[in-house]
Amino acid sequence: MLFGYSFGDLGSILVMQGFAGLILFSVFVLMALGLAIIFGQMGVINMAHGEFMILGAYMTFLSSHLFQTYLPSFFGIYFFVAMIVAFLVSGAAGLATEWLLIRHLYRRPLDTLLATWGLSLIMQQAFRTIFGAREVGVELPSWMMGSLNVSSSIEVQINGLFVMALTLMITGAVALLMFKSRWGLQVRAVVNNRVMSGAVGIDTRRIDRLTFGLGCGIAGVAGSAFTMIGSTSPSAGQLYIVDTFLVVVFGGAQSLLGTIASALAISQSQSTLEFFTSGSNAKVTTLLIVIGLLMLRPQGLFVLKVRK
Amino acid sequence: MPKKPPTDRHSPFRRKLLLGTAALSATAMLAPSKLFAQAFPTAKVNTTGLAVTDTEVTVGILHSVTGTMAISETGSVEAEKLAIEQINAQGGVLGRKIKFIQEDGASDWPTFAEKAKKLLVNDKCAAVMGCWTSASRKAVLPVFEQYNGMLYYPTFYEGLEQSKNVIYTGQEATQQIIAGLDWVEKEKSAKTFYLLGSDYIWPRTSNKIARKHIEGHLKGCKVVGEEYFPLGHTQFNSVINKIKLTKPDVIYAIIVGGSNVAFYKQLKAAGIDLSKQTLLTISVTEDEIDGIGGENIAGAYACMKYFQSLDNPNNKAFVPAFKKMWGEKTVIGDVTQAAYLGPWLWKLTAEKAGSFDIDKIAAASPGVEFKGAPEGYVRIHENHHLWSKTRVGRAKLDGQYELVYETANLVEPDPFPKGYQ
Amino acid sequence: MSNSLFGKRSYDVIAFVLLAVLILVVLPLTLDAFRLNLFGKYLTYSFVALGLVLCWGYTGILSLGQGVFFGLGGYCMAMFLKLEASSVANTKIQSTPGIPDFMDWNQITELPFFWRPFHSLTFTLAAIILVPCIMAFVLSFAMFKRRVGGVYFAIITQALSAVMTILIIGQQGYTGGVNGITDLRTLLGWDIRPDHSKVILYFVCCVLLLGCILLGRFVLTSKLGRILVAIRDKEDRVRFSGYDVANFKVFIFCVASAFAAIGGAMFTLQVGFMSPSFVGIVPSIEMVIFCAVGGRQSLVGAVAGALLINYGKTVFSESFPELWLFAMGGLFIAVVLAFPRGLAGLMTDQVMPWVTRMRNGKGGATPSISPSPAE
Repeated sequence: MLFGYSFGDLGSILVMQGFAGLILFSVFVLMALGLAIIFGQMGVINMAHGEFMILGAYMTFLSSHLFQTYLPSFFGIYFFVAMIVAFLVSGAAGLATEWLLIRHLYRRPLDTLLATWGLSLIMQQAFRTIFGAREVGVELPSWMMGSLNVSSSIEVQINGLFVMALTLMITGAVALLMFKSRWGLQVRAVVNNRVMSGAVGIDTRRIDRLTFGLGCGIAGVAGSAFTMIGSTSPSAGQLYIVDTFLVVVFGGAQSLLGTIASALAISQSQSTLEFFTSGSNAKVTTLLIVIGLLMLRPQGLFVLKVRK
Repeated sequence: MPKKPPTDRHSPFRRKLLLGTAALSATAMLAPSKLFAQAFPTAKVNTTGLAVTDTEVTVGILHSVTGTMAISETGSVEAEKLAIEQINAQGGVLGRKIKFIQEDGASDWPTFAEKAKKLLVNDKCAAVMGCWTSASRKAVLPVFEQYNGMLYYPTFYEGLEQSKNVIYTGQEATQQIIAGLDWVEKEKSAKTFYLLGSDYIWPRTSNKIARKHIEGHLKGCKVVGEEYFPLGHTQFNSVINKIKLTKPDVIYAIIVGGSNVAFYKQLKAAGIDLSKQTLLTISVTEDEIDGIGGENIAGAYACMKYFQSLDNPNNKAFVPAFKKMWGEKTVIGDVTQAAYLGPWLWKLTAEKAGSFDIDKIAAASPGVEFKGAPEGYVRIHENHHLWSKTRVGRAKLDGQYELVYETANLVEPDPFPKGYQ
Repeated sequence: MSNSLFGKRSYDVIAFVLLAVLILVVLPLTLDAFRLNLFGKYLTYSFVALGLVLCWGYTGILSLGQGVFFGLGGYCMAMFLKLEASSVANTKIQSTPGIPDFMDWNQITELPFFWRPFHSLTFTLAAIILVPCIMAFVLSFAMFKRRVGGVYFAIITQALSAVMTILIIGQQGYTGGVNGITDLRTLLGWDIRPDHSKVILYFVCCVLLLGCILLGRFVLTSKLGRILVAIRDKEDRVRFSGYDVANFKVFIFCVASAFAAIGGAMFTLQVGFMSPSFVGIVPSIEMVIFCAVGGRQSLVGAVAGALLINYGKTVFSESFPELWLFAMGGLFIAVVLAFPRGLAGLMTDQVMPWVTRMRNGKGGATPSISPSPAE
């Protein structure tokens, strides 16, 4: 079918398709970053990650309502406030989860998987009880919808740009935090050698708690951003988890760079395959390729040498 | 053994509802004069051991209130409860109040089968209003046939089924598709169609019928693309690019659930303006627009049999009654209305048959008319589907549809359409 | 060590006998046909839980994809039954009589090649065990040879169940799609739908289950079982002692998948259909929970866990559907936090010593072994 089109068309499609891939890439990074931080730091898989994202999305929904009711003139910028709220609420929920649940299970990583799955069920039902079983529509400021015309046939989605910018910002902030701050130094020390870090006076418990909170907070921001492109309903978190886990595992657990690289690989292959085949086939093919590669290289793309 | 759930859970609504029925005079006038239980002794109306006493008759409500399908099925539960309240306020069925037992299918097909069996075998329900997805209906169908129950199924669906034990109150595929395509071809002089769908039986079968109709019956029209996405898919940028590339006259979209929201938001963000690009859907009711946001879908056309905005006396009574019971903010979609028909059709059939016996209900069903339906007049066909009109509406910013076309006559249901298989 | 082990063994025997009496005598005598059939369905899940005891509780391999094997077993059975139900006489109204109805709806005019062998019951019975085993072997061999385990294995098996679901739903002409394979009627001419057939199937299911428990127990008490526990607790040391760890892990994973597949086949027979909703992520994790609640190191405990949770689900969701998820989620967390060895652990650690103390009239008797929970 490809050859029925004119060259001009093909060129602009190539650009827009590349852009679609980049958006998907940003979405994946945003989804996976929080999970990767937690997994890398503590070896804990947070099965409730999707629900923390939806928590952020519901916070955005609430903020949009509050702004519409009380501060309609500031509605244009509510989204930034909403993201901060989402970060704080999801982060706080994360801290509480760590304190109540995760810290008792550090010696049993597989059990954290089950406990956080239980948590995800509770959160889903809580959303359903509080916000109702139906989807909620999050209204966006009008400047965020629509697209920029670069040329007559190339259009760039504004919300896509927004997600990309957000991803860049958050990834940058996390990288700075990891590699330039004192806290980041401590985190890296704990990842490398937990016992030794404890011995030199790092409060490993505190580091764990903050990391978990940060990871969940980022999930909240991601959820908030996804109200632009997806649905907000009690069980929407489930839509994201498989992709998220695969991105993290494929990237290699303890490497943020790996997460980014695997998000890039998966998103590009999926979006290209989707263009040439169809949605359903593309998904299956991508998942199979990832599983296949994981069998060849089970540690993931990038591996950090860790002394246990 | 577990206790039966309390059946009169919503009594606080009753007083409100009694007040509300004043507004229902249209429906009330059309209803047959009050029948007295004495005229219909239990031994006579119930020869097969159903849960019928001198004062009460038990029906089941079987939908998902938990799990992913709760999003869609909530409206149906609400409509069925409203219909039951209204029927009871008018004196019930054959002089007996309807008591209902609600079970949760939990969005899980075997659970549906298990609960259906419980409603039929343990509770001896005289009728069951329930199911939403095709998969849940397929799961319970053998149960209803084996234990001889009666199911009122509200959803528009793919057809290819007909059972003595089911009354399909929604449209089968041809009723929803053909008139809409004819309209869009004529009105928009459409020649090229791009078919989209979620990847399961209803969208696939519907698109198959649509393709046969487009290529076989509409002159000079063709399908330029057909594509499916896994349920819950959230990334549509690639297919949107393909749509931009092929520039079809009509996007024919049958995407369901959470994917809908992603699809329309991304369509809008990609600069496809639905006031210029014709998009026809058969899967987005007012319920879904609530999640999508009116601003993201305004301008799209939907082919349904009912819109909340319909202007007729029945609907003018139905909408306020629904909102009175379930809150000012609730919206009513096509399936919700079809679910509302279930209890009424069952009541009318029982009164026609003069019995609750399943076999008599099944036999009496063809020809039963419901003049008080919010969508207008409906009648049950010999094949247990409904004769109903097909309508096309255009989505507005406020999340409501504006009626732009309706068929002049009732469309005959044809679950096994010749030439479309 | 040996003393306490003997003690544990006697608990095991008592528990096994109690379970056998419960499912073979007590339940059939006290329940009506409808409830008994429900319990039959729950028992099919306990096959999966049994497999998980072997591979998770004893060997430390957590699989979140057991639903795949359950589903494969179930689909093999369903294919056989569907072919029998789609005889030319039954499917006269189709455009191609003699093939399953969903194929006809999808314009397939000929039975696909991989469906054909399922006309034979012998082939089907073999396939129920072999297909999942081969799949488990391919998957686990590649992973375990490369020493992938723990959380990675769990996530990859989970992704596998996602892939399987999408595949089955997407290929609806061959698999029945999201509706699954429905409307199954007879097994070699014997109607499986009436109540008396369901009772017979229930007993078949019980016998198979008890057989699987004995088989599992045989494996665990053999020398092999000791190696498995050693692998769970210190894999490297076992490797240094000259064992090929991967082979043992692959073997036990295949056994677990075969158990799950038997459960799936029995499920299809008793419930009368098979659909992709058992292959997905959610049912796979739920099955792990059955095992965790019952006790991941107790075969009988896992069966009890599956029965209890499912019965609880049925009862609870009949009365308080909205609260069910809260209860289920809370249970997961409680079990993991407070009773990592589940109900069986509670019995052996708390109740039995207490009983012994009561009987002996003095404290401190029979400390049971409590190997540290699997990592």
